[in-house]
Amino acid sequence: MTTTAPTLLEVKNLGVRLHTHAGVADAVRGVSFTLQRGETLGLVGESGCGKSLTAMALMGLLPESATTSGSLRFQGEEMIGQSDAHWCRLRGDRIGMVFQEPMTALNPVHPIGRQVAEPLRLHRGLSAAAARQEAVALLDRVGIPDAARRFDAWPHQFSGGQRQRITIAMALACGPDLLIADEPTTALDVTVAGQILELIRELVRERGMGLLLISHDLGVIAQNVQRMLVMYGGMVVENGPTRAVFTHPGHPYTQGLLASRPQLGLPTRQADGTRHRLAAIPGSVPELHRLPAGCPFTERCSGALPACAGTLPAVTALAPGHLARCLRLEVSA
Amino acid sequence: MTAALPRTSRPATLAQRAARHPSFVIGAVLTLLLAGAALLSLVWTPWSPYEMNLAAKLQGPSAAHWLGTDPFGRDVASLLLVGARNSILVGVIAVGIGLGLGTALGLLASARRGWVEEFIMRMADFTFAFPAILSAIMLTAVFGAGIVNSIIAIGIFNIPTFARVTRASANAIGARDFILAARACGKGPWRITLEHVLPNILPVLIVQATIQFAVAILAEAALSYLGLGTQPPQPSWGRMLSEAQTLLFQTPMLAVYPGVAIALAVLGLNLLGDGLRDLLDPRLTRKR
Amino acid sequence: MPLFFVKRLLTLIATLLGASAVIFMVLEILPGNAAQMLMGPDADPQAVQALARQLGLDQAPLQRYGAWLGGLLTGQLGDSYVYSTPVLELVLERLALTVPLALMAMALTTVLALLVGVYAASRHNRAGDVGLMAVTQVGIAIPNFWFAILLILLFSVHLRWFAAGGFPGWSDESEGVAGALKALLLPAVSLAVVQAAILARITRSAVLDVMREDFVRTARAKGLSQRATLWQHVLRNALIPVVTVMGLQFANLLAGTIVVENVFYLPGLGRLIFQSIANRDLIVVRNCVMLLAAMVVVVNFVVDVLYAVIDPRVKASDI
Repeated sequence: MTTTAPTLLEVKNLGVRLHTHAGVADAVRGVSFTLQRGETLGLVGESGCGKSLTAMALMGLLPESATTSGSLRFQGEEMIGQSDAHWCRLRGDRIGMVFQEPMTALNPVHPIGRQVAEPLRLHRGLSAAAARQEAVALLDRVGIPDAARRFDAWPHQFSGGQRQRITIAMALACGPDLLIADEPTTALDVTVAGQILELIRELVRERGMGLLLISHDLGVIAQNVQRMLVMYGGMVVENGPTRAVFTHPGHPYTQGLLASRPQLGLPTRQADGTRHRLAAIPGSVPELHRLPAGCPFTERCSGALPACAGTLPAVTALAPGHLARCLRLEVSA
Repeated sequence: MTAALPRTSRPATLAQRAARHPSFVIGAVLTLLLAGAALLSLVWTPWSPYEMNLAAKLQGPSAAHWLGTDPFGRDVASLLLVGARNSILVGVIAVGIGLGLGTALGLLASARRGWVEEFIMRMADFTFAFPAILSAIMLTAVFGAGIVNSIIAIGIFNIPTFARVTRASANAIGARDFILAARACGKGPWRITLEHVLPNILPVLIVQATIQFAVAILAEAALSYLGLGTQPPQPSWGRMLSEAQTLLFQTPMLAVYPGVAIALAVLGLNLLGDGLRDLLDPRLTRKR
Repeated sequence: MPLFFVKRLLTLIATLLGASAVIFMVLEILPGNAAQMLMGPDADPQAVQALARQLGLDQAPLQRYGAWLGGLLTGQLGDSYVYSTPVLELVLERLALTVPLALMAMALTTVLALLVGVYAASRHNRAGDVGLMAVTQVGIAIPNFWFAILLILLFSVHLRWFAAGGFPGWSDESEGVAGALKALLLPAVSLAVVQAAILARITRSAVLDVMREDFVRTARAKGLSQRATLWQHVLRNALIPVVTVMGLQFANLLAGTIVVENVFYLPGLGRLIFQSIANRDLIVVRNCVMLLAAMVVVVNFVVDVLYAVIDPRVKASDI
């Protein structure tokens, strides 16, 4: 089967190396995935697993002290090693990004309308009046009431949820092919979060964009994306359709993650009389500059093999489209 | 962005970090030089700074007079040493006044809040309309020139500075939970202030004191230059500069030595203050 | 917005009143009888009384204070005890030098500080930044009057490009305005360099702080280049703390002007004050000090208003 358009996003063996005063840290290792237009992909993991760094690498916004390796192709074009000027042409135009903190994401001394219109003026060369018209339409679409009048309002005059809507409008202004949302609802109240996620889902569907949704919240991932990646210690340990990963998790970390969700409605005592306790994965997230050469989950894994610490597991297919990195799976496959 | 940057595995002691901090080291060395010069001058100077010898006036550096002599034949090196003593004296007293009264006012403002705080802060803001020079001018116009009046003038200006800094820090500390806990235990406001707040704001005060010391030295030099500060025959770096200015065409170096002394002393104190700030409060996200 | 403005205006007036009260108390009440001081301790008591009456010093203090305040508003500042010329005349004459000098120094300071501060911030932790910060550290430590002397040493004594002091006036036949400006250049530079060192460090800090903010990341994510982000997003936010400091610095600048005028023998407000102190001409001292304090307070007021213009959040919270 031949595809007429190149894959929207093709990441192969992406690595990000950070140079800090404590040493060198391979914060992201061997990350590979693809994303097509119209597809939604989730990236889940705890703090410090490298998900935000991956997102920044996809935008070319890593700090100068970081080195990227591997291959990152956006619509067929290799992006690693490109100049900042090249990246600037893509950012805001073909790739849009929404961040975690809506309260601080907007410039406090510029009116919001101007900030939404900025990418239009920058990438499309629109005049102030034309950009204003489009920006008002965008603000309206994302649910800001009385958009025409509020175009000139200041960020501090809006609530957190509204500010996030505005940043979404900003990110989608030029009709990008890819939207990266890095924990877009983490800082919002639950009801507002639901509305924002629904808004993102709608817009992505309307415009046929590709969506990369990053979250540490399994609930958010479960409800909003078709496929998901699980990250730990800088590596993708599982990759598959959301439903499959939730019902048949392959990697011990994913299993532990899913098992540690509190469940309502369980009886207080189990069959043998002992109390039901919340399951937790023992130990804590490793420091990035002290990762083992092999699987980063080794220390905390109840089923770790002696070879795990030293050997980086290869990618095993549990089912078509459902992959995981685990030596035990390799052995049993 | 929440990239987990690695931390050092073993926290270095304060002394170790201090030794590696360039600002602190240079500042400490220069400050010790200043203190050392002042202390030395108490027991020994090459010549007496008051001894005039018109026959030997305006000489260049020699074996007898290491930096030469001034228009009255006095040994420049000795004058500089005793001048150091003078500068330190002014600094200590002026900063002491500010530290003592200013901190007390700041703590009062923070402990009482309400209109007391408002009043004290307004007075502090008000005093900032009068730079030290201006206050010194007013005082000397009325009471005459001299080192005492200049110390008072500089000291008066230190009070609002310390009051502001103390109150800001005390407010920040006061909002913390351990203060709440102390109050819940039934501790009175004065005990809380003395036992809990004060020890925690000490680093800020130390840093501010070093900086104000430097400011005091500069202010005293300016006042002495104008003739309003230390009066003859007491040596003062500022006055040495004013005397040297009339002889710029003949003996330019006389105008350089005292200025270098002032600059080094102030530089040393500033660097020390910066270094202390970085070392004593590492929780600040200041990586610059 | 109007409420904010009115509040600030009231504070301004209150501060001016307070300042005038303090100045009056220190310079009029404390010294006791000014006439006595003018004539000396051995003067004939009757002559002292006569002089006191002539100068209006026999009235009650509160009356004199009130009269002075009234005079400040109408421009009737009285006559100099020593010269018997109107104080207003003397002051205006001297202001014609001090104000341009202060303005020149302020302009030089601002330009220098912004250039150095922004450049250092953009080269954070690299050679340019570290080098410039070392230079500014030294700049802060140098007394401005010593720097002035060094400038004289270099430019007047060695190079002979400038005179070592003096001021030809604004309408001198041979030199004109250019000559006047030339005479003010070295003084302005010596004032500016030290102030610029302080302001450059603050500017750099402010820019670095703003560059860390989330909205800068948003701007980059929209496709703005580093330079565009700096100019369109960072600077206006960084200006907020910088402008505040500039206002506070103005007091220091005026203090410095007084000192520097003495270094260069410039007939400005500073020299007038010193001569008057030496002459015990307290009425001149009183009015000059009031003027200087008023200038500082007014400038701080302007800065506060500017603050509201630059930062839209200020109007909302109404400090």
